[in-house]
Amino acid sequence: MSAEATLAAPKSERGAGLSRLLGRIFIYGILILFAFYYLMPLFVMIVTSLKDMSEIREGNLISLPRNPTLEPWRVAWMEACVGVDCPGIRGFYANTFLMVLPAVTVSTLLGSLNGFALTKFNFPGHRLVFGLIMFGCFTPYQAILIPMATVLGKLGLSGSLWGLILIHVIYGLPFTTLFFRNYYVSIPQDLVKAARVDGAGFFRIFYHILLPISAPIAIVSVIWQFTNIWNDFLFGASFTYGRNAPIMVALNNIVNTSTGERPYNVQMAAAIMAALPTLIIYVFAGRYFIRGLVAGSVKG
Amino acid sequence: MAGILAELYGGADAARTEKRPGRFRVGLARMMSLIVLSPSLLILSVFVYGFAIWSLVISMTSSKLAPKYDFVGLEQYFALWSMDRWHVAVSNLAIFAGLFISLSVGLGLLLAIFLDQRIRAENVIRSIYLYPMAISFIVTGTAWKWILNPGLGIEKLVRDLGWATFSFDWVVNPNMSVYTLVIAAVWQSSGFAMAIFLAGLRGVDQEIIKAARIDGAGPWLIYRAVIIPMLRPVFLTVVVILTYQAVRSFDLVVSLTGGGPGFSSDLPATFMYQFAFSRNRMALAAASGMMIFMTIAAVMVPYIYSELRREARNER
Repeated sequence: MSAEATLAAPKSERGAGLSRLLGRIFIYGILILFAFYYLMPLFVMIVTSLKDMSEIREGNLISLPRNPTLEPWRVAWMEACVGVDCPGIRGFYANTFLMVLPAVTVSTLLGSLNGFALTKFNFPGHRLVFGLIMFGCFTPYQAILIPMATVLGKLGLSGSLWGLILIHVIYGLPFTTLFFRNYYVSIPQDLVKAARVDGAGFFRIFYHILLPISAPIAIVSVIWQFTNIWNDFLFGASFTYGRNAPIMVALNNIVNTSTGERPYNVQMAAAIMAALPTLIIYVFAGRYFIRGLVAGSVKG
Repeated sequence: MAGILAELYGGADAARTEKRPGRFRVGLARMMSLIVLSPSLLILSVFVYGFAIWSLVISMTSSKLAPKYDFVGLEQYFALWSMDRWHVAVSNLAIFAGLFISLSVGLGLLLAIFLDQRIRAENVIRSIYLYPMAISFIVTGTAWKWILNPGLGIEKLVRDLGWATFSFDWVVNPNMSVYTLVIAAVWQSSGFAMAIFLAGLRGVDQEIIKAARIDGAGPWLIYRAVIIPMLRPVFLTVVVILTYQAVRSFDLVVSLTGGGPGFSSDLPATFMYQFAFSRNRMALAAASGMMIFMTIAAVMVPYIYSELRREARNER
């Protein structure tokens, strides 16, 4: 925490009060202005999703709905169209949860084991190994899409959620490993040493010493993986089709389905619903989300 | 990165002095470490490094619909660099990355400095700035596509406010469409830059600031001459990561402009996808994928290397 507020620090006694006050007003003004800027799209989405189409044509982006209606939400959930197929987004929602839960669990568990192995028993070359894993965080997926398509085809997994689960576990591993590794590195080595003197082996040390104190970083890892996998579009678009698609692919297809007038209200309702799980996590566990962002520092 | 960030967020690296128990058990535990790591290592070396090499091989063939292993040398790369559409994608990337990175860094730094002035509702404001990071680019693109809609979006809003001739059609204007990507991407990612800068500001040694103040330096001078230069590593982190993001931008383009009108807002990543999955020019797509790979490797490898070196130095 910064102990001193550098900009607002009193320079001298005379007139400090007034100029300080003006400075504060200016700073708060700018900060609040930008808060509006960041909130504006969300506000626009919400008000649009509560209007019917005639009101959308008459009003504008920020005009409040005169007769708020939840009909667009119902339509988006139950009968939004992807091309000529109109299943709503609910099925895709379920798909995505089915995909996210195992992928998050497996990649987090493996990441914690890897992180432990990378920090507590320095084997020769551990730094090189870590560097290789770290570059995995920054894999440009454009360089692996074509081989992946070929391999998924050979395994009979193309178009299935299992294929996506596998992909998300694999490409999530570098992140989860990085999180746990950076967390375990800060755990005093003495704890591990004491256990070793008592004759504990690799897994006992992991299970009895490291795992019980891993909750904070496990939360970070779970949130990070959940957000990234839920928000994935590239893999979903490349390797699934039709009703097997995850939510973001479905949303994009719904928005780009143009038969007749575009139902902007339904599009916005669908978009809000698609964003809702990650937004809820952000609202309730923002602290961990930010830690993940800062520690992983990557977003696809 | 790990180094800087661990320092910034307090996961200090220092306390690591392993010396004593040089016995059989340690050897065994080390062995266990490698055994535990090896599945992940194997998986990553196949699915990251192996696949990248595989793409490289495909990029030197004439594969179209399915991989075909006939070596044609660099033919696809020559073909790629002689395509108008690829040139558009590359120059779009230069425009997009340049503006996106500089605006996000500028805005992020400004907001971080302002937020660092003992602001009352700091947590709330910071959360508001950062929430777009929790949203997918597809949702962001969908929202901004609607906001920028030439009939009913911002244009209508400003006209309703009284400026009757106002026109804003960037999203359907081939000369301007790439800038709409910048607008949406800055909205989404500047909060991230803010968060990293804020963490950096919190890590600046207060004693140095006090000393500067005693020497009579005003707040602006302190920021310009003392604090911002000290944030060099943080700048590096932010720029590297935003560069990485820019180069692989795909979702936002698909959802906001679809690469259009025409292919006026294509980026290399959307180019690659188009040619791989819609146009069945597999080898050409692989070549463009390799261009993306090399760009990112050129940025990330030295960065990761320097970070690991730093960490190794700090441990000694």
